[in-house]
Amino acid sequence: MKNWGFTIPKANQINFNNNSLELYNKVIEREPSLLGCIFCGSCTATCSTGSFTYFSLRNINISLQRGETNHLKEIISKCMLCGKCQLVCPRNVNTRNVLLSLMDILNNN
Amino acid sequence: MNELFKGKKALIVGGGIAGLEVANQLAETGVTVHLIEKTNVIGGHVSQWYQVFPDRDLADNIVNNLKNKTKSKVNFHFSTFITKSEKNKNDYIVELSDGESIVADTIILATGFDVFNAAIKEEYGYSIYHNVITSVELEKKLKNKSKILTTTSKEPENIAFIHCVGSRDEKVNHRYCSKVCCATAVKQAIELSEIFPNAQIFCFYMDLRMFDRYFEELYYEAQIKHKIKFIRGRLSEVAENQDETLVLKTEDTLSGKPLKLTIDMLVLMVGMEAPRDNEHIIKTLNLEKSTDSFLRNKDEHLNKNISNQEGIFLAGTCTGPKTISETIADARSAATEVMKYLNKQ
Repeated sequence: MKNWGFTIPKANQINFNNNSLELYNKVIEREPSLLGCIFCGSCTATCSTGSFTYFSLRNINISLQRGETNHLKEIISKCMLCGKCQLVCPRNVNTRNVLLSLMDILNNN
Repeated sequence: MNELFKGKKALIVGGGIAGLEVANQLAETGVTVHLIEKTNVIGGHVSQWYQVFPDRDLADNIVNNLKNKTKSKVNFHFSTFITKSEKNKNDYIVELSDGESIVADTIILATGFDVFNAAIKEEYGYSIYHNVITSVELEKKLKNKSKILTTTSKEPENIAFIHCVGSRDEKVNHRYCSKVCCATAVKQAIELSEIFPNAQIFCFYMDLRMFDRYFEELYYEAQIKHKIKFIRGRLSEVAENQDETLVLKTEDTLSGKPLKLTIDMLVLMVGMEAPRDNEHIIKTLNLEKSTDSFLRNKDEHLNKNISNQEGIFLAGTCTGPKTISETIADARSAATEVMKYLNKQ
């Protein structure tokens, strides 16, 4: 068929009905304190990596909760595990274990 | 009984918790209290609630407590409203719709609030689609322990609560926050999660206003124990599928993307508004309304219960949205103002 150059772009919409929360559920099973996140952004504000890249733990948690996880493996490799995010978290989320668990699940699947 | 104010007479308008608490406080000091109530039951809105936040005490406990304290000390007039009022020196001569005439030293308004009519927000589909209910309807179902099913007789697997319905919304002329809906949504989400442990429950909020003591703990419990999903974004519209499920469209403002979600049941957290019959009493007693249509008080700090008419006091949600504990505190503060006033007479 002749290619006319037209495509249907992928919608920039989170389709909650089709997205799988499998990865998120695995992470909160290992680190339930993540459930208490209130998306304040303290972790992102203090993050050394976040100052130079688009790494944001708050964004990672949102992506996990919405099942939008394709980009996570690449982005999570930027974390240096310094743990500053854990020091500032007002809900005392064990952010380091969240990140370690996520790395483990993504790298061993 | 204390007879400090023996011979003094007070007329209270409204038999909700604010009116009952003012009646209770005044009767304790020997004031003869007449309480008029437009319906034929006592306890106002609270008598229809099931459990109250944050401790999930039964609303009936609060109402029954106030009922017992007042029942032998207060003259109740049910299904009654004020038809005429005249001031003669320091006395108010008030005619009631039951034909009685009362000469009172003071009038206390505790006329409360109305619940916002969710059908006005047409885009949310209340009274148009199946499976859209209000927080008030859900509360009644919980209170009656009636089975909560969708219109297709299924147990709901996906439930969404929408905060700020009729509040913080210029489109319905309500710029103010109704204060109680955030905590109510979290409480009701927990209650539904206990009934349907496998259901996914979402709360769509603009800001979560968990301002009072133990509210944050309630929110934390909802997240950790009940895995309620909180999504920041105001619902823009709802559509119904053929199978009577609902499709929600919002922006997930924290990821900056539009979000689509199909659910089985939608609960609209309806706010408070000034009662429609307030117009009548405002006219009869020459009172003033504020910009939010609730009654105007002298100021918000030191004279919250003082109206523009000497001898007329304001208690409870007639001066804007309040929680139950705030209402009780406000009623007690109104009673103190009344006593100060009676002392000077």
